[in-house]
Amino acid sequence: MENFVQLVYFATALLFILGLKRMSSPNTARSGVVWAGVAMVAATAVTFLLPDMRNQGLMLLAIAIGTVVAWIAAKRVQMTDMPQMVAIYNGMGGGAAGAIAAVELLRGEFSEAQGLKLLAILGALIGSVSFTGSLIAFAKLQGLMSSRPIQFPSQQVVNAGVGIAALLFALVVLLTEPGPTVLLFFLLALAFGVLMTLPIGGGDMPVVISLYNAFTGLAVGFEGFAIGNAALIVAGTVVGAAGTLLTFLMAKAMNRSLWSVLVGGFGVEQDSGEVKGSLKPIDLEDAAVMLAYASKVIFVPGYGMAVAQAQHKLRELADVLEGRGVEVKFAIHPVAGRMPGHMNVLLAEAGVAYEKLFDLEDINPEFPQADVAVVIGANDVVNPAARRKGSPLYGMPILEVDKARNAIVIKRGQGRGFAGVENELFYAENTRMLYGDAQSVLGQLVQALKKL
Amino acid sequence: MDATWAALYIFLLAAFTGYEVISRVPVILHTPLMSGSNFIHGIVVVGAMVVLGHAETPLEQAIGFFGVVLGAANAAGGYAVTERMLEMFERKPKGGQ
Repeated sequence: MENFVQLVYFATALLFILGLKRMSSPNTARSGVVWAGVAMVAATAVTFLLPDMRNQGLMLLAIAIGTVVAWIAAKRVQMTDMPQMVAIYNGMGGGAAGAIAAVELLRGEFSEAQGLKLLAILGALIGSVSFTGSLIAFAKLQGLMSSRPIQFPSQQVVNAGVGIAALLFALVVLLTEPGPTVLLFFLLALAFGVLMTLPIGGGDMPVVISLYNAFTGLAVGFEGFAIGNAALIVAGTVVGAAGTLLTFLMAKAMNRSLWSVLVGGFGVEQDSGEVKGSLKPIDLEDAAVMLAYASKVIFVPGYGMAVAQAQHKLRELADVLEGRGVEVKFAIHPVAGRMPGHMNVLLAEAGVAYEKLFDLEDINPEFPQADVAVVIGANDVVNPAARRKGSPLYGMPILEVDKARNAIVIKRGQGRGFAGVENELFYAENTRMLYGDAQSVLGQLVQALKKL
Repeated sequence: MDATWAALYIFLLAAFTGYEVISRVPVILHTPLMSGSNFIHGIVVVGAMVVLGHAETPLEQAIGFFGVVLGAANAAGGYAVTERMLEMFERKPKGGQ
């Protein structure tokens, strides 16, 4: 029986790797997650068959509770809220890894295996940080707490102190018999996860969630060593490595270094730049006319469109324009929305064809030929200041909306983008501002166009 | 070579595999892939089950139970979220011509 279980674990590891591979290409992605899902169910089922297992009733009950609650929540949530769902489920995985370590450490399981004990402790540390850190990330994205960076005096000193204390207690736990120090160690690790995440703003959250995802993977891998389970070792380690790489790729796409994400706010003290010109509002009717008689329109959706859930209205507007013979394209910045790729998912959900979505490199040469570029709830990703040295945005690749013949910016108010930098595009000679909630503005534009 | 060393080699190879599998992935798949890998480390539920299966004291049972609930939520929620995201990539486009 033991061999059968190990065989299934082996197949599980294989299917996870193949599934992940398939998930990294758009055409096979869907089948990839199904493969991994089958493997997960099989691995969970055969675990009941392991010799000397007790508490099967409790196990079934725990699995039922976790599965049902998480499944229902995941199915009901809006597509725009997906990033925080990833965060919270990831945090739970970290918590589970921490729980495994807690039992093993309290029991004094590793009396003769210091190496394994060290791995169990490292897994506990990383898993606990991922647990509370992900919960804070969830709270920030869900709007349960402010998504602004939360800062207090000597924050970095306090954070470093708690981090070092956690490491010291990790050492104490490693070198002594089980006791109350184990509890203290966990409390410090959990506290560090909270402190580490508080100063990070909502815009950087994707990178942080990805980092915690890698953390949980590593923690799971380490706990796999501690309890001698190869399925955990392989799956956890693969995710740990893949997640780390993904974190760096994301940080690069957002032009942020991981270090700057973790240690500090975004250009808080930097010069935000002087801007010449004025904001020039435009009426809804005028905007509709401008769009109706254009031959080429490029839409630039951003975070604000995602928040306003305006993707369906945007597609409607695009359909109406195409019905009038206008050429319509969508320009997708690599970090538009809340995460890389998030905007593509949202627009696909609304039924926008893939062939109309264009990456930054492909669409930028087309802006000069566009009669109108419509910016919907995007700010920093279209700010020409990114081309100027000394700006906090300098170096970030932008969509060159300022090169379009005309630009209409749909925006809720006159606030700045996440970077806190004034946007020169909004003050440009050929830019018009259309204030209001993206969803209702787009809806009214559709109505106005239909009357023309 | 004892089991610990063998396990370390597994670790090394698995880390390399994870890196290779992801290394050339288009930006549009970053979010779904993060979600997918989030689902995969839901395998932690198996580890939590093993721990609960060997739990003796009520405290061990309680922590083990907590671990299995969290692990199961990670796996189930992770799967559901990933599937919903990837569904978008398969649906036939209905807008436009």
